[in-house]
Amino acid sequence: MPANSMPAKSMPAKTTTAKSTTAKKSSFKWSTLIIHLIFILITLSMLVPLALVIIVSLTDENSILHHGYRMIPDKFSFAAYEYFFKSPDAILRAYGVTIFVAVVGTVLSLILTASMGYTLSRRDYGLVRPTSFYVFFTMLFGGGLVPFYILVTQYLHLKDTIWALIVPGMLSPFYVLIMKGFMSKIPFEIIESAKVEGAREWRIFAQLILPLSKPSLATLGLFIMFNYWNEWFNALLFIDNERLVPLQLLLVRTMNSLDFITSRPEFALVMSNFNLANFPKTAAKFAIAIMSAGPMLLVFPFFQRFFVKGLTVGAIKG
Amino acid sequence: MKRGKFLKFVSRNGELFIFSLPAIIYIFIMSYVPMFGVIIAFKNYVYDKGILGSEWVGFKNFKFLFESENAYRITRNTVLYNLGYMFMTTVFSLAVAILLHEVAKKWLKIYQTAMILPFFLSWVVVSYITMAFLDHQNGFLNGWLEGIGLDRVQWYFKANVWPYILNAVHLWKAIGFSALVYFAGILGIDAELYEAAKIDGAKRWQMITNVTLPQLTPLIIILLIMSIGNMFRGDFGLHYFIPNNNGMTYATTDIIDTYIYRALSELGDVSMASAVGLYQSVVGLVLVVAANYTVRKINEENSLF
Repeated sequence: MPANSMPAKSMPAKTTTAKSTTAKKSSFKWSTLIIHLIFILITLSMLVPLALVIIVSLTDENSILHHGYRMIPDKFSFAAYEYFFKSPDAILRAYGVTIFVAVVGTVLSLILTASMGYTLSRRDYGLVRPTSFYVFFTMLFGGGLVPFYILVTQYLHLKDTIWALIVPGMLSPFYVLIMKGFMSKIPFEIIESAKVEGAREWRIFAQLILPLSKPSLATLGLFIMFNYWNEWFNALLFIDNERLVPLQLLLVRTMNSLDFITSRPEFALVMSNFNLANFPKTAAKFAIAIMSAGPMLLVFPFFQRFFVKGLTVGAIKG
Repeated sequence: MKRGKFLKFVSRNGELFIFSLPAIIYIFIMSYVPMFGVIIAFKNYVYDKGILGSEWVGFKNFKFLFESENAYRITRNTVLYNLGYMFMTTVFSLAVAILLHEVAKKWLKIYQTAMILPFFLSWVVVSYITMAFLDHQNGFLNGWLEGIGLDRVQWYFKANVWPYILNAVHLWKAIGFSALVYFAGILGIDAELYEAAKIDGAKRWQMITNVTLPQLTPLIIILLIMSIGNMFRGDFGLHYFIPNNNGMTYATTDIIDTYIYRALSELGDVSMASAVGLYQSVVGLVLVVAANYTVRKINEENSLF
């Protein structure tokens, strides 16, 4: 058995481990090599498409017209990005909307997820079973898109407000399940001893459980933030107001033409001294795509260390 | 006496109940209230009259749906795609998770980061990536095809290639997260089990089949039951943006969700869209209950509820 596959495993079997490692040294090397080759292939298949899109966004428009997209274009150009930096209003506003939605939404969502997850993780809570059913039944049955649409527009009156982007995504039963799975692994004795010392529930929650749940909070917080960052469906449904367009909706509207972005009043001024024929139309599309995805992709590796610890899917049954 | 018992229950559980209250209220409004909205499916919904004021039409909306060929097409597409996604994601991400477990920590981090990257991209961004490959004029794929002397292909107009493209794109985006969930599950397996297997002389492969897989079974089954429940729910973003919402490929790309969206946004047929939605929800529920029932018959421990 290769020693590295099972770190921190106990000592008693030390002698047997040592023996088997030496006995199988040659076969273990081969299999390790193959595993690494598989992962290198997977890694490349994940990264190369992204890299190619970045390259397209940096390709000179004439080069695209003549040769199509290329891995190594004849001529690089920052024109697409320059265009957006010259009149950054539309992009900046979209960033503003997206960042606001992501931050506020994530905080609210984490509060809801953590408090519900905690309640369900307490084996001594008298209502675990009915509450679990209440929460997880929504994963199995729903009213569908139409009643949801009517609820948000006609009854909650959220159409064309920023809350239409925040409220619908505030709680996911699947994340409650993950949160609950993590919190159930916290030794129950901790809660009991705190109780004996007279701590009340909110104190146990705030001072003991939340700090211990850091990996789970970080992981889920990141996932939730990404969901908000990447949200376009609610925007597609509920946002007509130009001032409330988030990044992804900007991207949706730019998908088939750049008319949307070039017709905006912020650009009128620029257009007059801008040669439309030279406008890097194709590269610009990909530049927006990169700009909309970029910031979050830079953030997430920092949360990576919490991922595995934070992601424990517990059983739904109490 | 009964009253005393109730008070005791409240004093013991009241605080925890208050913790769950915000989420309970939220779920009630966002998930349970819309469930009553399914009656729209049996009405001729008019915005001015509201849900209750609109006139009842019985099963007319459903009749209209099932008499058209659309119902069959979108149902078949939704189910087949989901079966494909379910099978591919489970098999590949399990394999990847097991392999990850064999890799040294330093490499683990690099592979993991690369693999989960696509998970964090929105479908819109992913659609730009697919466009970069499949675009008729400029796309990489046609460039490469031409490079080796083959003809260009109008990918966005060819219906028969989309099942492969969509499956590939789905796997590309989903595998990282799914593998991570399984990997976390593997790390949760009691180390003593591996110890015991080692003492019994188990080889690497035997450890996987005798310890890892059986220990992961409950997790695999929970995730499978949940995806069976979603068998009638498709990924709107995947099927709307990746094929570019192109009418030419509806035959192989249209699913229930994209159909509902079009019925609602392009045709403005609220009642019809609602009928499709209800059909989707009811069949989904039946599927989950059936799957759970089957699992419980085989092994009580593994069932969802």
